[in-house]
Amino acid sequence: MSAAPRNIFGLVLVAVLGVAVLVLTPRLFDLDVVLNITVYMIMAVLALSLALVWGFGGILCFGQSAFFGLGAYAYAIAMINLGESTAPLLLAILVPAAFAALLGYFMFYGRISDVYLGVITLTVTLILFNLINSTAGPEFHIGSARLGGFNGIPGIPSLNVPFFKDWQIDLEGMFYLSTASLILTYFGLRVLLASHFGRTTVGIRENEQRAQLLGYDPRFYKLATFTIGAALAGYAGCLFANWGSFVSPTIFGLAQSAQIIIWVIVGGRGTLIGPILGCVGIQWLTAALGANAPSGTAGWQALLGNVPLILGAILVAFVLLVPKGLVPTIGDLQGLLVRRRVGSSR
Amino acid sequence: MINRRQFLGTSAALAGASAIATPAFAADPIKVGSLLDLSGGLDIYGKPMADAMTFAVEEANAAGGLLGRQIQLISYDTQSSMQLYTQFAQQAALKDKVAVVHGGITSASREVIRPVLDKFKTLYFYNTQYEGGVCDRNQFDTGVTPAQTVEKLVPYAMKKWGKKVYVLAADYNYGQITSQWVKKYTAENGGEVLSIDFFPLDVTNFSSTISKIQAAKPDFVWSALVGGAHISFYRQWAAAGMNKSIPMASTTFGVGNEQIVLSPDEANGMLVCYNYFEGVKNPVNTAFLAAFHKRFGADYPNVTELAMGTYQGFKLWAQGVKKAGSVDRMKVIEALETGISIDAPSGKVTIDPPTHHCILDVHIAEVKDKKFVLLEDFAQQKPLDTAAVCNLQKNPNDNQQYIIKF
Amino acid sequence: MDLVALLAIQVLYAIASLALMSVGLAIIFGMMKVINLAHGEFLMLGGYAAIQANRLGLSIWIAMLIVAPIVVGAIGIIVERAIIRWLYGRMVDTMLATWGLSLFLVGLTTAVFGNTTVGLSAPLGSFEIGQYRMSAYTLFVIGVAIVVLGGVLAILRFTRIGLIARGTMQNANMAAGLGVNPNRVYSITFGAGAALTGLAGAVIAPVSGVFPTIGAAYIAKCFITVIGGGASIVTGTSAASTLFGAVNQIATYVTTPVFGEVALLAAAIVLIRVLPQGITGRFFRGSL
Repeated sequence: MSAAPRNIFGLVLVAVLGVAVLVLTPRLFDLDVVLNITVYMIMAVLALSLALVWGFGGILCFGQSAFFGLGAYAYAIAMINLGESTAPLLLAILVPAAFAALLGYFMFYGRISDVYLGVITLTVTLILFNLINSTAGPEFHIGSARLGGFNGIPGIPSLNVPFFKDWQIDLEGMFYLSTASLILTYFGLRVLLASHFGRTTVGIRENEQRAQLLGYDPRFYKLATFTIGAALAGYAGCLFANWGSFVSPTIFGLAQSAQIIIWVIVGGRGTLIGPILGCVGIQWLTAALGANAPSGTAGWQALLGNVPLILGAILVAFVLLVPKGLVPTIGDLQGLLVRRRVGSSR
Repeated sequence: MINRRQFLGTSAALAGASAIATPAFAADPIKVGSLLDLSGGLDIYGKPMADAMTFAVEEANAAGGLLGRQIQLISYDTQSSMQLYTQFAQQAALKDKVAVVHGGITSASREVIRPVLDKFKTLYFYNTQYEGGVCDRNQFDTGVTPAQTVEKLVPYAMKKWGKKVYVLAADYNYGQITSQWVKKYTAENGGEVLSIDFFPLDVTNFSSTISKIQAAKPDFVWSALVGGAHISFYRQWAAAGMNKSIPMASTTFGVGNEQIVLSPDEANGMLVCYNYFEGVKNPVNTAFLAAFHKRFGADYPNVTELAMGTYQGFKLWAQGVKKAGSVDRMKVIEALETGISIDAPSGKVTIDPPTHHCILDVHIAEVKDKKFVLLEDFAQQKPLDTAAVCNLQKNPNDNQQYIIKF
Repeated sequence: MDLVALLAIQVLYAIASLALMSVGLAIIFGMMKVINLAHGEFLMLGGYAAIQANRLGLSIWIAMLIVAPIVVGAIGIIVERAIIRWLYGRMVDTMLATWGLSLFLVGLTTAVFGNTTVGLSAPLGSFEIGQYRMSAYTLFVIGVAIVVLGGVLAILRFTRIGLIARGTMQNANMAAGLGVNPNRVYSITFGAGAALTGLAGAVIAPVSGVFPTIGAAYIAKCFITVIGGGASIVTGTSAASTLFGAVNQIATYVTTPVFGEVALLAAAIVLIRVLPQGITGRFFRGSL
């Protein structure tokens, strides 16, 4: 799939929908729906970060959650120490980016590829998990912020308008910020992918050797893509820490990592809208299944409340029935319809 | 009565069942929210608690409901995920507008829910044993704290076995703080803690720990290990034959029915101290167990401490509602703060007004052949640890968890 | 002196248990390029199979060594026929499918067995080394690992089945042209990998807990071992297990279990950086 937008119509549609969600949601829905959608928007930014790195960059990063977690923790620790959110927000973006730059240099300039990349990124996020998980004692603190180990860091103060410490963002403000962030990220990535840099990156993904022979250094492009993806994930982490006012080590865990990959696969690798839809869909499904927990029932009715069972079955069915992911399949169906209508011969 | 809630529709939602009409009562049902882990690693604790909650609600409804209204239990499976704890707490408070939330298992999950329910002014009952120190007028804690159990178990174990203790604890706030209490009471009784080792919740490899314990030669081992992975410690300990030479005491063993999972050979002789055991002898408990087994089957493994905590928490809240004559949050809080008391299966349980914690009986018991044999009883223990730092009657706006320092 | 002996046995045990748990995954990933994220759940199912067989009266040895592999092997064949066989060549999609499968199996096990299950106690008692006591069962596990790895090597090298399996994995069309049914070979191989994993899960059940979510604790380590080992199944898994198991256990002994885990993970990173194709991408090339 090429990085250039297929049609302007699609882009305009996305923009309109995005603005509609932004403006209408608080008006039409209650606060709890708004809060749920806020976290879905934040996770969708995270999904887009992996969509960039993996879908377009071809880098199987099994540890995107590491950058998400680093961003969240960086924000939390800096915020508790400083009390004003401009620097913590920047740190939440820069710390994961710097870490990714180092790790990326280590990996790409060491000519490591596909599955092995996945393993290294997985081990990195697990190392972070293990380290932070064991910091429960009072001796583990950075400045006045206790790392808290498994308990995490609760009660994180919210973002405020830059340099105005007392104008803190409220719940509705969080919604607007998250949704706006998602919209800007989507269009930002579209611009990036349409640029020379983006098209080179996709070219490297499609055939690294050919790109190299044409004079591009794949290592640099991969490193850059990886770093940008990490910065995005870190920003999502900062938003997440604000939404829940807490952060805990499970953010670095295998389950969170796998989730991000699942979102991208379900939505369709190589697209941007796909991972957004995949993320929101699966998040919504997980919450909906958990919210309906029947208790005290037995027999087959109890199975409906068995979240892993149902979610697992749905995922397996999905991969068998919708092999390319949501958006490409919808695209195919659309293509079929258009062809029928035009009546082209085959 | 449990209603199926509709799936929130945004688009192609799964088919939802509509709410069952409430029979014959003029008013709508009182909604009670339950946030527990029914899947993921912590479900060994969550499922028995959910069962107890179901039982409590059904029992109350069968007796005519509360204030003439039926009670509707809205139960969430937080899947051992902190994000879902936040989402569901928000949902219970804002969408379902429940009268009270009972839930949270680990201290981490409690500290995630507490500010959310504070912000949205929904009453919160935390029914799990924990490390103490929460001081929040919106919250009531019905679980035991270290001053109630550790304070009794340490001298008992020391008298029985000796003065040198080796402590193993789960590496999170419960384990960290409980181990400090063990150290304090051991010192007060003239003993010595040889070492305190912490283990994150997913550790399964205890072989070198066992060697270290063997080298240190303690008189007994204190276990504050938590969760399914830590059960492997007890297995490996018995496999190395150590259960025959060094005894163990614990304030977490049994909470996940470890005494059933392990064989008698592996677990016999372990000393524990809790508020509730199925073997507690009083008429309320006898009636409770009969009715509970009728509902859930005669082969239900064991009603755990946490399950009973949930049941007692619900009954305390219900009592508060009856006294207040309403489900309005502040009225119920004020009613509860008069020191409401219930006759529970574990004995008398009373709310301690300054701390919002409970005064309850504790018992020391020994594991024998997959059951607990009660050895000694201590009536009406006060939550002294939280009382040392928290007084909500003097400071009603206090809102934090104190880390109790020694 | 007895401390050295103790440590040596603990290190051997760490290597052996890691190798035993990983060899099934090595077969499934190494030969079929299927990323089986449900590997931890196969381990778990092996444990449950052994426990149930034991409860029904079978001796613990038969339950562990015979019933568990057969049951999990059968489950593996069913999974392969129903799900995996549609996904050959699509490594990424196998991730999603097996992740869903792992959730499904956890949910199913919880529904059938509940969260509280009676476990298996370690047989064989203990023995003394100086002032330390060790479980004799650890020696048994070490023995099983050696036998299993040796057995897999022997089958691949010396038997017709092994030859057919290797041939089909290298070039399915050629094998088909020579009269072999590739689909059947895939099924049997996946089943064999699953069976070995079930065996491993049953064997370690007496010294770890067995509950539905225990798979999560092992899957990362097994994957790292298999991929760190490289293309060769037995040699690669053995070499990687030796390195990682030793690092893990020694670091655990010197510090805490947490740093033992971190040391294992760090060793993996260093290994892959130095040997980007795994151990057997450079050493022992072409071996089985």
